[in-house]
Order: sequence, then C-alpha cells, then structure tokens
Amino acid sequence: MEQLMEDLKRQIIEALNLKHLKPEDIGDEQPLFVEGLGLDSIDALELIVLLQQHYSIKMANPQDGPQIFKSVKTIAEYIRANQTT
Amino acid sequence: MAYITQYCRIQNRMLLRQGSVIYSNLAGDLDTFLDTALTALSIYYPKFYKMDRLSKLGFLAAEVLLRDLELMNRYSPQQVAVVLSNAHSSLDTDIRYFETTKTIASPALFVYTLANIVTGEICIRHGIKGENAFFISEEFDPQGMCEYVDLVLAAKKTKACVAGWVDVMGDQHDVFLYLVEKQGNKFSLDHSPAQLQKLYDLKYGTVDGRSQKTDH
Repeated sequence: MEQLMEDLKRQIIEALNLKHLKPEDIGDEQPLFVEGLGLDSIDALELIVLLQQHYSIKMANPQDGPQIFKSVKTIAEYIRANQTT
Repeated sequence: MAYITQYCRIQNRMLLRQGSVIYSNLAGDLDTFLDTALTALSIYYPKFYKMDRLSKLGFLAAEVLLRDLELMNRYSPQQVAVVLSNAHSSLDTDIRYFETTKTIASPALFVYTLANIVTGEICIRHGIKGENAFFISEEFDPQGMCEYVDLVLAAKKTKACVAGWVDVMGDQHDVFLYLVEKQGNKFSLDHSPAQLQKLYDLKYGTVDGRSQKTDH
C-alpha cells in the first residue's frame, strides 16, 4: 500500500503537471481538491485517465469520483479493490 | 488619439520589455525557456505549468508588460480590453491533443485547443473583464490591429487595451504584446500602424551568447 501511494504521488504530479510539488509534499490523506492541492474538474478527468492508463481501471460510475479522488489513500484503496491483475 | 504606453517582445527565447532583455535562456528548448522564465521572474503561479505553450507565452508577456504599472488600480476590470492575434491559432496544441486521441484523449490538452484560451488566462491572472477578441492572420497585421483596437477604445467604457501577437508552432515562437491607453504619458508612443510595425520589426539576435539589438 505504501509503495502504491508513492507511485500514485509521482504519477499525479506528472499527469497533472504539478511541477511545483514533490511527492513528499503530498500527504497520504491530504484532500486533493479545493482546500487541499486545489485540483479542479479537468484534473479529475485526468485522474480518470491515469487510472485507465496505469492500472487498467475504467471507472464504472463517474459519480463515485468525489469519494474515490478524495486523497491519495482513497485512490490507492480503490485501485486495490478494483485491480484485476 | 490613443497611445502605446508599454510593449514587450518574446522571440528567440528572449524576453524583452521596452527593448531591454529581461530574461533569456538560449540553452534547451522552448518549454525549458518558458518554465525557467517563470522562476526567474519570481512568479508563483502553479497553474502556469498546466498551460499550453501559447498560453504560457501570452501569460509571461502580459506579466512583463503589466509589471509595476498598477493597471488594475487605475482602471476598473471592465475598462480594460484584450485584443490578440496570431498565425497558427491553437494548432501547436491541436496536434499534441490529436496524438493523445490515438490512445486516451487528454482532457487537460483538450481545454487548450482554442486560440483565445490565452486571453482567458491573461484575464484571470490580472482580473480583466473588458472586451476581448482574437484574430487569425498570416502575419502580424498592424493596420488591422490598430483599427480594431481604436474601435474598441472608441467605446466609452474602454480605457486601455492589452493587444498584440502571440504565435507558436513547435519551437518557433513570436510574441509582441503592447498596452494601448487613451491617456498617454511622457514615454508613450502614438498608436499607429507605422509605429506598431516599427516596434514589431525590431529584431533581437545573439552574438556569442550576448543579446544584440538591431533596427531594420
């Protein structure tokens, strides 16, 4: 789980062009949107693409996005629960 | 009569204001130049890294153009207009976006597949809410730009206009941004097609890594 969260932080920084951040700047449970990292709706779409590209996970219901993308930890938990390989 | 009160230029990976080099980075590519310029100008604006090249060029030029002018203290948001033009529209990003559609289309690139997004980025940064327009022409058209900006300034509410040329295709880039105001100052120039052409035609090259200004 720790390794997965580290990988996710690096992938999020790269996919979302957060060049002002380092992986260690992102807390495991830090909110990603609004008051946390300040991500926006376009970033949310990029996170969906990231799940598909890196983990072959297609989100069945985009309405679940706010819960899944709450923090790096919630994304990691979602990947663990949905990854088939 | 309106006046050009400030102008800046980005070409050959050099950023100039009123003809003086503010920053240059001749090593590396355009992307390197753009990102290092932001740091060199001591600007903290994380959203910059998400922008496409066209928006980054326009954003940086506007930063340099409007720096220390306190423009938005002198005018209300609705009194400042933005009129831009270029040759390649958003083609540089359109091509990059098209490449991503072969696998999974990038939403972050898609939002920049319109030329006038750069106008929006400048307006958000500086709080500008006046008239705006974006024109596509094969080359910088001083006559057309001058006429349109004069027309915009003829409207009672508009007092100033950020105008110019912001073009990019691959590593090729060419930016000429200027501020036109109804009220001039002792450093201002007449807003005329001939004056715009003259400022645009100022060429900046490099000799042994040093900047060199040559008039044509």
